[in-house]
Amino acid sequence: MAWIKAFGSYLPQRVVPNAELEALAGVEPGWIVKASGIEERRFAADGETVVDLALRAAQDCLAAAEMEPSQLGMLILASGSAERQFPGPAASLAHRLGLSSAPALDLPVASAGSLIAMSLASRLADAHGHILVVGAEIVSRVVLRPPVDRDTVILFGDGAGACLISPDAGLARILDYVLYTDGSFADSLRLDYRQPLAMDGRTVILQAARKIPRAIQELLKRNSRSASEVQSFILHQANLNLILKVAQALQVSESKFCATVRRHGNTSSASMLLAAAECWRDEALQPGLPVVFGAFGAGFHWGALLALPA
Amino acid sequence: MERRAKILEIVRGISKRDANPAPDQSLFESGIVDSFALPDMVAALEREFSISIPDSDLMPRKFETIERIEAYIQGRL
Repeated sequence: MAWIKAFGSYLPQRVVPNAELEALAGVEPGWIVKASGIEERRFAADGETVVDLALRAAQDCLAAAEMEPSQLGMLILASGSAERQFPGPAASLAHRLGLSSAPALDLPVASAGSLIAMSLASRLADAHGHILVVGAEIVSRVVLRPPVDRDTVILFGDGAGACLISPDAGLARILDYVLYTDGSFADSLRLDYRQPLAMDGRTVILQAARKIPRAIQELLKRNSRSASEVQSFILHQANLNLILKVAQALQVSESKFCATVRRHGNTSSASMLLAAAECWRDEALQPGLPVVFGAFGAGFHWGALLALPA
Repeated sequence: MERRAKILEIVRGISKRDANPAPDQSLFESGIVDSFALPDMVAALEREFSISIPDSDLMPRKFETIERIEAYIQGRL
């Protein structure tokens, strides 16, 4: 298995506090924090694209790794909010990075896209060398499409996260992962062409609250680890209440869960890598104690990844 | 205790309210059970009635009213 060499992130400049959305959503002051734990999020500027955000996160990640784009053997970009049907943003990101031959693949998977991309990259790194994984989203333009839905407009924000997966040394060695898909719930969270985001929140929460802990437990068990040994859980930042539900199910202190959703909102496939970039920078992660990544989203796709800091 | 009374007890415990919903009243629309209490309610039903609810049955409408919950549990026993 490969290594996580570095993380990177980018958030658009415009901060959107809850007060700005509470009137739009027709909810009382304080309702958004209670329902989601979110205090603010970022919205991309007019004209800013998914590729623009992805490029900034990619550059931040490469700078952290002290590497040049020319050293990349592959690029995988996860996004559920790309501006056009094809080609996807991966090719444009590769071009903006100055790459002209390395394969650049799109993973049009919202929310769990970055986790899937990291997992696949961990298997492909031996063959392709350094693989840049990016999750980039401009979900604000989707949730602001009329008619505005109270339950989605309050949740989502824009941003990009990146992670460099390398065949040799790095911050942490990837030990294992589990990935799952259950398409019977595909209609429960979906984005149809030119339509607003459609989300059956109760179904999403009911399924996620069970599937995320179960995936993490299965991953830990088959690697002879326990949840209590894990020093940090870095999950897709869907909703603070869901993260707390996962902590409760795993019987682990909430303090072990990286929670950037308060300030970022739910940035879909970008959120887990955005959280990783911040928490890896801010927390003194100890060598030898496991870190667990996890995500759940539209599809439903979900899974978990186990890494061991060096 | 009869089944419906046990279900009501679970709903009240989860909602932390002394609610007394009609059998066909939506627990969601009435605000008695919110989205994040729903997984807890389902887990409590599994424990109380010694049943295992498969993921494919984890659909909110099956647990929206007292009578739907009762019918679902009847089908699982």
